[in-house]
Amino acid sequence: MFISGKIKKGVYFDSVTLMGIGKKISEMDGVIDAAVVMGTKENKAILAAAGLLTSQLQNSGDTDLLICVKTETEEIVKNTNDMVDELLNKVKKKVDTNEEYLPKNINGALTIMPDANLALISVAGAYAGYEAKKALERGLHVMLFSDNVPLEKEIELKKMAQKKGLLLMGPDCGTAIINGVPLGFANVVNRGSIGVVAASGTGLQEVTSIISNEGLGISQAIGTGGRDIKKDVGGIMFIEALKALAEDENTKVILLVSKPPDIAVLKRIDNLINDISKPVISLFLGTEIDGIYTLEEAALTAVSILKGKEPDEFFEKLKSRDEALKQLAKQEAQKRNSNQKYIRGLFSGGTFCTEAQIIVRKLNTIIYSNVPFATAIKLKDSLISYKHTLIDMGDDEFTSGRPHPMIDYSLRNKRILQEAKDPQTAVILLDVVLGYGSNTDPVSELSDLIQEASKKVAVICSVTGTNKDPQNRVYVEQALKNIGAIVMPSNAAACKLAVEIVQILGD
Amino acid sequence: MSVRELFKSELKVVNIGLSSFKESLDDVQIKAVQVDWRPPVSVNEKSKTIIEQKKTKIEKANSKALEIILRGMPHLIGLEKAIDVIPGMKPNMLLHAGPPITWERMCGPMRGAIIGALVYEGKAKNPDEAEILAASKEIEYSPCHEHSTVGPMAGIVAPSMPVFILKNEEFGNHSFCTMNEGLGKVLRYGAFSDEVIQKLKWMENVLYPTLKNAVKKVGKIDLKNIIAQALHMGDEVHNRNRAATSLLYRSLAPAIVKTCDNHQYAADVLEFINRNDHFFLNLSMPACKATLDAARNINNSSVVVAMTRNGTDFGIQLSGTGSEWFTGLADVPDALFFPGYTKDDANPDIGDSSITETNGLGGFAIAASPAIVQFVGGSTNDAINYTQQMYEICAAENSVYQVPYLNFRGTPTGIDVVKVIEKNILPFIDTGVAHKKPGIGQVGAGVLSAPVEPFKKAYEGLADNLTK
Repeated sequence: MFISGKIKKGVYFDSVTLMGIGKKISEMDGVIDAAVVMGTKENKAILAAAGLLTSQLQNSGDTDLLICVKTETEEIVKNTNDMVDELLNKVKKKVDTNEEYLPKNINGALTIMPDANLALISVAGAYAGYEAKKALERGLHVMLFSDNVPLEKEIELKKMAQKKGLLLMGPDCGTAIINGVPLGFANVVNRGSIGVVAASGTGLQEVTSIISNEGLGISQAIGTGGRDIKKDVGGIMFIEALKALAEDENTKVILLVSKPPDIAVLKRIDNLINDISKPVISLFLGTEIDGIYTLEEAALTAVSILKGKEPDEFFEKLKSRDEALKQLAKQEAQKRNSNQKYIRGLFSGGTFCTEAQIIVRKLNTIIYSNVPFATAIKLKDSLISYKHTLIDMGDDEFTSGRPHPMIDYSLRNKRILQEAKDPQTAVILLDVVLGYGSNTDPVSELSDLIQEASKKVAVICSVTGTNKDPQNRVYVEQALKNIGAIVMPSNAAACKLAVEIVQILGD
Repeated sequence: MSVRELFKSELKVVNIGLSSFKESLDDVQIKAVQVDWRPPVSVNEKSKTIIEQKKTKIEKANSKALEIILRGMPHLIGLEKAIDVIPGMKPNMLLHAGPPITWERMCGPMRGAIIGALVYEGKAKNPDEAEILAASKEIEYSPCHEHSTVGPMAGIVAPSMPVFILKNEEFGNHSFCTMNEGLGKVLRYGAFSDEVIQKLKWMENVLYPTLKNAVKKVGKIDLKNIIAQALHMGDEVHNRNRAATSLLYRSLAPAIVKTCDNHQYAADVLEFINRNDHFFLNLSMPACKATLDAARNINNSSVVVAMTRNGTDFGIQLSGTGSEWFTGLADVPDALFFPGYTKDDANPDIGDSSITETNGLGGFAIAASPAIVQFVGGSTNDAINYTQQMYEICAAENSVYQVPYLNFRGTPTGIDVVKVIEKNILPFIDTGVAHKKPGIGQVGAGVLSAPVEPFKKAYEGLADNLTK
């Protein structure tokens, strides 16, 4: 075995580009492990953990590119280094042959496009706050996709935005839809008159997709980032966004989605809702308001109000759908043996993992998770499931140094096989999130695995997205069915089916 | 724009970060600009806070500095011996390129040039003797830059060498530079063989008096005007001086013929200039020096007034930090090498010639000089991108020096160290490459970006100064 570390000084590429290159290098013959990263403190810690941090890399800095490979023999290193050069040149060429000169900062960008009105920021968290501040100073609304932005910075930025009457979505805002335009990880949905404020990325994607699939549309969907509704930030943006939708004449119904806010924040939100003449539907996951406790119910309630129908009508429909799930559950339960008792949920969307914990709670048994919600218990080892286990694969411990599981399926795929081999697994729950930013071909990623796994366990998938998404919802659903998965129209439905199956098996 | 207005407007996005987001926006036909972002240079947090706080002050000082730089009017007014005109020059002193350096740390080509200069001065009989003398305490070394002087490559100026005298007519300050020796085996690249010394002697005995009389006859020559014209003719006056040399030749030739009684000498001098495409380099450099020196010592200014290399260190000086040098190790340029040589033979970056870049010429004006991008096997597009990038780190655009291809936009002028650090874009320099051993000479030509270290130190040094 041979470990090589090479520094290219003063070179910068974005993390997604580099992860793509790192992946290609790892796949080369004779390569055991590889990483191509910028020399930040965080990245060096990851390299150290992977045993790739050679001594000469210790002194590298943020603006140095590190090429690390673990190979079977020393000769292979030349091939890998050549390959990295070739791939980097390709990327560079793509940029250099661009007819237009690319500006180096926001001021340069505004010389080219003086009437720009929104900055979409996804650089590393340590720098993102500074870029966001500059954007606000120049009067731009900001969607701050980056995570790891310090809390104090978030508060400072949000206060500044509030003062200037600007939106500051995020940090860690994965998705938003402004004027019908999907930003970040977002689905291509109909335009319409339901406005959404969400402190939850996948929650926003799920409700906007369901609404669009029901034939209605979205006026605006504003993400605030998960910390906004907590005590420290005090819901600054959640409230500003709610006010904006209340004033927006194209918004007829407002839908709020988040985990339960801090009590004081909740009170402020409630007070504001009382002053709004439009219908406002709130889903604070884990609490039940007006009988709504899933993303699906919240979305469908908004749809029914807008269609002028009584919400009851939709609830009846859902009830009969849930009855049908019981029939399906019976069939599936019959295929399982007596050892198979447990649900294993592997989620790429954090909100789906939370929602699953809320629904599976109905079993009145202990649920384990790496990100436990309410009464659930934290797994001792996130890599090994125990009884009913629901895993958020997008949590930091799985994503440091690699792309989000919505993009890179490899880690979850390994886990699917692991769960399918476990004799106690009865059901594997998966979310498949479509839209911009997500993996462009989820079916190819999953097909072999699901074919294999579904021979032993029930594989239940929910697909979040629309037919206008680049991946196309109907195509994905049909393809997943063809390879043996059970496909549900929502995460809530998928979870409910899983509960029904294990309930029968438990009897 | 209020949120209300935003909801009614066409969305126009600045994308800072993942380029895939820009591609998604292109896909749905939304207008978006991609920012080619990179992390800023990591500097001391305290310095960063100070610089942020004093930004307005710094910018005000910078506009003052730039006004002086843009108004500079460098003229060639005469020629004299170095010892007679260069301020602070002493009989036992040799001036050299770059920031201060001791004999012990000097690179091969600089040592070679010093050996040659001592032989030329008659202070040593042969190279061996010269080397011993050079290492003794008898010879005093001092940077050209500290004597209103600049020198290409090793930049050695000896007391009896003739120099051009330039005057910045707007502000009255002077600058000095030796005459260019041409290509091949030359002192500035560290060669010191007999033919090198003989040529220097010819320059002293024939070229110098002839040019001196001719310049006297003409009165003075407006170098800013020649440089501005040359940029329109494909020069950037650092690595390409063909047009500027021709223009100079046109202004000098009649005077040479009129003032030189010896026809053979006149013909030799004209032929010497004619055969040396770089003859003008030793005028473009002091022209930049005279222009930038006028903008020294403006409190709080983060504008670079000197950027230079001695073959070991790369150093800069800021207008706002007086005579302090900020240095780091010099890098080896990316270059095309003459047959038989490789990067292993190359000496790290050397010479005061990056004064041209400091004044918005050379690598900064390379878009005006597509012919020389070939030095690095690049395309015209590369040249344009290099210049475009330099606008990002400069305080102003030149009012006289222009790039025809960019719609006669003024060249990026006045390097702002704050911008260099914040944007992590380093000055781009095109340059000749010397062999790392003394006595061999030029082995190639190429380009490089300045090292980050001096700029980092200068940024922090400026911050320290701001709190004083």
